[in-house]
Amino acid sequence: MSNKWLIALFVLPALLLTAILIFIPLALSGYYGLMDWDGIGAMKFIGLENYMNALQDGKFWDSAWHSFLLAIFSTLSLLLYLVIALILSSKIKGADLLRKIYLIPMLLSSVAIAQLWIKIYNPTNGMLNQILMAIGVEHPPAWLADTALVLYAIFVPILWQYAGFYILIYYAALKNIPESIIEAARIDGASPVQIALKIKLPLIMSVVKVTIVLAVVGSLKYFDLIYVMTGGGPNGASEVMASYMYKLAFSSNNFGYGSAIGFVLLIITLVVTFIVRKLTATKEEIQY
Amino acid sequence: MRKKKAITLLFTLVATIFVIVGCSGTDSENVSSNSGDTKTIKFMHLWPEGSSKTHHTIVNEIIANFEKENEGVKVELEVLSNEQYKDKLKVLSTSNELPDVGMTWAAGFLTPYVEGNKFAPLDDLLENELNDSFVAGTAEAYAIDGKTYGLPLELNIATIFYNKAIFAEYGLEAPKTYDEFKHIITTLNDNGVAPIALGNKDRWTGSLWYMYLADRIGGTDVLTSAINRSGTFEDPALVSAAEEVQNLVDMNAFVKGFNGLADEEAKSMFMSEQAAMYLIGSWDLPNFTTNEEVPQEFRDSIGFFNFPTVDGKGDLNSHVGGPGVGLFVSEDSDVKEEAKKFVSYFVKEWGEKSVTQAGVIPATKLDADSLELPQMYVDVLNELSNATNITLFADVQMSPQVAEVHLNMIQAIFGKEVAPDEFAKEHENALAAE
Repeated sequence: MSNKWLIALFVLPALLLTAILIFIPLALSGYYGLMDWDGIGAMKFIGLENYMNALQDGKFWDSAWHSFLLAIFSTLSLLLYLVIALILSSKIKGADLLRKIYLIPMLLSSVAIAQLWIKIYNPTNGMLNQILMAIGVEHPPAWLADTALVLYAIFVPILWQYAGFYILIYYAALKNIPESIIEAARIDGASPVQIALKIKLPLIMSVVKVTIVLAVVGSLKYFDLIYVMTGGGPNGASEVMASYMYKLAFSSNNFGYGSAIGFVLLIITLVVTFIVRKLTATKEEIQY
Repeated sequence: MRKKKAITLLFTLVATIFVIVGCSGTDSENVSSNSGDTKTIKFMHLWPEGSSKTHHTIVNEIIANFEKENEGVKVELEVLSNEQYKDKLKVLSTSNELPDVGMTWAAGFLTPYVEGNKFAPLDDLLENELNDSFVAGTAEAYAIDGKTYGLPLELNIATIFYNKAIFAEYGLEAPKTYDEFKHIITTLNDNGVAPIALGNKDRWTGSLWYMYLADRIGGTDVLTSAINRSGTFEDPALVSAAEEVQNLVDMNAFVKGFNGLADEEAKSMFMSEQAAMYLIGSWDLPNFTTNEEVPQEFRDSIGFFNFPTVDGKGDLNSHVGGPGVGLFVSEDSDVKEEAKKFVSYFVKEWGEKSVTQAGVIPATKLDADSLELPQMYVDVLNELSNATNITLFADVQMSPQVAEVHLNMIQAIFGKEVAPDEFAKEHENALAAE
């Protein structure tokens, strides 16, 4: 009995915080989405008009497509991180140092990363184009100004930013695998590749699933580097859902519509998370 | 085990304390700000020490003087940079927590705040102690329905700054006509010098070019009347101005990748002599005159010219520009009287100090002869007094929603993603939907 009270007591602060900081604002933004509101003056109730508009808003769906592209790319990049983690965990020389190096981008603030990559991408003085010109490319592209390239140009630092995080997670999971299992496999004559694919990978599958969900959700609501590096431009070519929402609410003074977009973003993220979890669900955990 | 429990308990305790402190924070603040005899004016401005040092210093001086002259009044500062400032102002106004005094922009930016009853009218100041102290047309830009809600601090016009040393090297001179201007662009390009620095990631920078072309091709009111709906945006002049923008892009008039560059980056290209021309407001004058951090040699090599006439049309003395930021007083302020007094004090002091110390051209009337100013200031002040027209920046004139369309379209027209007639049509639709 007293135990239950204690649990409730311990859970309460966190519950209160999440309720105040997350659930109440969520409900509120869904509610603001029903309003015609410039964020400053009086609100006017207009029913579902904002939500209907959002569904027909070509720019919103463009930005949604960009967000999905980012989700696809970050999920695919997990493969690379996994390979790196597998190599790092197989006791190669300098693994410790390398792991720390991979983690550095994560320690930098997004704005610092954005500034760094803005300089790298500078069309005339940037490092990237200087190198390209040095190796004989006569007209290297203007990365952040080219509507066909800008999105992918921003994906690179975004993926780079989170590489260390995922590598660290995989590395920790791999380190948790008991040495005896791997030794047994080795005695049975399994090659390193076989050990990686047939023993290690299945054992950390639950972690991999979590990272997939993290990557997908993180991408769908991604905002910071895009905001600092291009502001969604040129002409919306690098707009993602969150930056579009921000623009509507803060630059166009259309808080009602911005809130509606934010709520749609939430629903999309929830649905996608649900689908991803369904797709990656297995009946039972593998144990050896 | 016991240790674990202790840690958990400690965590819970700390978390609870945070919650309690967090919740009670605002109350205690309010109590302290109005208790006793001291009154606190909360003042928010957008000149951080790092990027606008001289502005920042002057503000601090004015506040110190004001506090000295007014016993019992304290000014509490909050400083943010431009974009963050705009966002914070909006959030604060949503939650009814605007500072007592802050900065606002004219016309389109101001309108929602006035309609939402957030700003106090300042006409009593204009009629009394500040009577006749503003340059004609500047305070008026902050008026809505006959009441003035902001007092401007700056007045700027945009002109094309150019590097005289580069021009001299290729035998070029400041142009008067568009043909001469185009000749300069081709000559510079032939010699491998980027003609014009433009940071169109910020979008209003490209808007300046478009506005000037529209002004020269279609006359001084064509854009303004399209925006205030007495005309249409599908006016042939506005379409051909958009065409002209694309012609310039085709001529490689602008630095490479301009649509992805911020204004700051473009500026640094101009200041490191990687580009020969740069269209910007006179707020950048200090960089070309008094700023000690810029090499003297560079400052001496900079001149400016008015946007040239296009095909014999247009008036060289018509400018794009207008007042920059102005001060507002919050309608819900608890210390409105003190706040108004502060605003009026600030405007007066600012007018005297800003031009000599920070190189800002204030919106208050200035006795240019009594001040010792660099030649370029005198020239710009002359341009201002000779100006036949000053068209307020388009994105300031427009409501925020239309401005957003305009700014996106500017990037699109410069990036050649829309045709000039679509460009005009999108504007027309947005304006008509208002």
